[in-house]
Amino acid sequence: MSIFEYNGSALVAMVGKNCFAIASDRRLGVQLQTIATDFQKIYQIHDRLFLGLSGLGTDAQTLYQRLVFRHKLYQLREERDMKPETFASLVSALLYEKRFGPYFCQPVIAGLGDEDKPFICTMDSIGAKELAKDFVVAGTASESLYGACEAMFKPDMEPEELFETVSQALLSSVDRDCLSGWGGHVYVVTPTEVKERMLKGRMD
Amino acid sequence: MSKAEVDFPPKGEFGFDLCKRNEMLIKKGVQPPSYRKTGTTIVGLIFQDGIILGADTRETAGPIVCDKNCEKIHYMAPNIYCCGAGTAADTEAVTDMVSSQLQLHRYHTGRESRVITALTLLKSHLFNYQGYVQAALVLGGVDVTGPHLHTIYPHGSTDTLLFATMGSGSLAAMTIFESKYREGLTVTEAICSGIFNDLGSGSNVDVCVITKGHKDYLRNHLLPNPRSYISPKGFLFPKKTVSWTLNYLQN
Repeated sequence: MSIFEYNGSALVAMVGKNCFAIASDRRLGVQLQTIATDFQKIYQIHDRLFLGLSGLGTDAQTLYQRLVFRHKLYQLREERDMKPETFASLVSALLYEKRFGPYFCQPVIAGLGDEDKPFICTMDSIGAKELAKDFVVAGTASESLYGACEAMFKPDMEPEELFETVSQALLSSVDRDCLSGWGGHVYVVTPTEVKERMLKGRMD
Repeated sequence: MSKAEVDFPPKGEFGFDLCKRNEMLIKKGVQPPSYRKTGTTIVGLIFQDGIILGADTRETAGPIVCDKNCEKIHYMAPNIYCCGAGTAADTEAVTDMVSSQLQLHRYHTGRESRVITALTLLKSHLFNYQGYVQAALVLGGVDVTGPHLHTIYPHGSTDTLLFATMGSGSLAAMTIFESKYREGLTVTEAICSGIFNDLGSGSNVDVCVITKGHKDYLRNHLLPNPRSYISPKGFLFPKKTVSWTLNYLQN
């Protein structure tokens, strides 16, 4: 049994026209037993930056707390929010520090950078950045997510269409994975607002 | 253990504080994670007064392709580039680290960096970690002493060559070099043989040409694998196919 399959998770982020969407499932399990159906995997770092953490739940929470600490220090020193690219480098450096005894997490970072250009990125558990222009996936359902997103993605989608596409990709992928599911949590972020929605999915 | 040490390990060092916990998990039967590798075909060759470096663009996690268009030719100095194969995080981290050391060295000495400097910095770092930092590199550049091409193995050994290949596709690419080197070979042919014959390599071809005082970084120079099967209609999901509840977060 892989350590990444202990708690189970599914994360996806997709780029649209001047907007992005980041979505996760809601299950927290201990191997095959489900112990929570409202577990938070996506955290908001600041107005225009979201972080999703898949993998071992305890490492995800610890890593999130460490990153919030570093970001708050940055805000105090620089008197501004971190750009998504900078934040991605910070996460990568923090993970690579633990190269020989890693955190069992795979982060997905999504944000709006300069001139409201959407930025998405994922990493493996030791910080190898993957900067994609279309979509990134992580978690136990990642193989299905790769397939679903590859087929459903279109460039330059408006926020409403992007939401539908991300939701369809997420729900169809978690349906094929025992360890993730129990609904979905989708954030669609445009330069002016953030819409948070809970998806109704199969509760099994 | 002071609080500061927990959050900020000594600058630039690896932190080993989670190792005990991870070892305990492994003893309990948990499989350690697999890291993203850059399957890879990377090549380099010296021509008249310069260097050409080439690489494919596929990044894999086991048998799955995570990135169809990643960058494997890393910047080291304005006149030196390095291709990386092996564990993706290791190649990125080690080339970034040596690149910043070279920049500091340039400020310190006021001179253009030499390829041999980059070589020594890389090989001493890799030897220090006895092969655990799994980065196999093809380093090339043109400095005051002329064009140089080197390969660096994860344990820290190096070779100085006229043409070099590394990565899982190295054998496929080397067949092209060995049979055609003298007769005006192109780097793209060698990379393509790796892409089509090696499963760990694929997607597109990146090329970097470095000559004295000038460099051409040709990202996606060749795209021999376009996505030709996309349906023009795409998937159309009418609004409200998915059911949800809505919360607003004001920005």
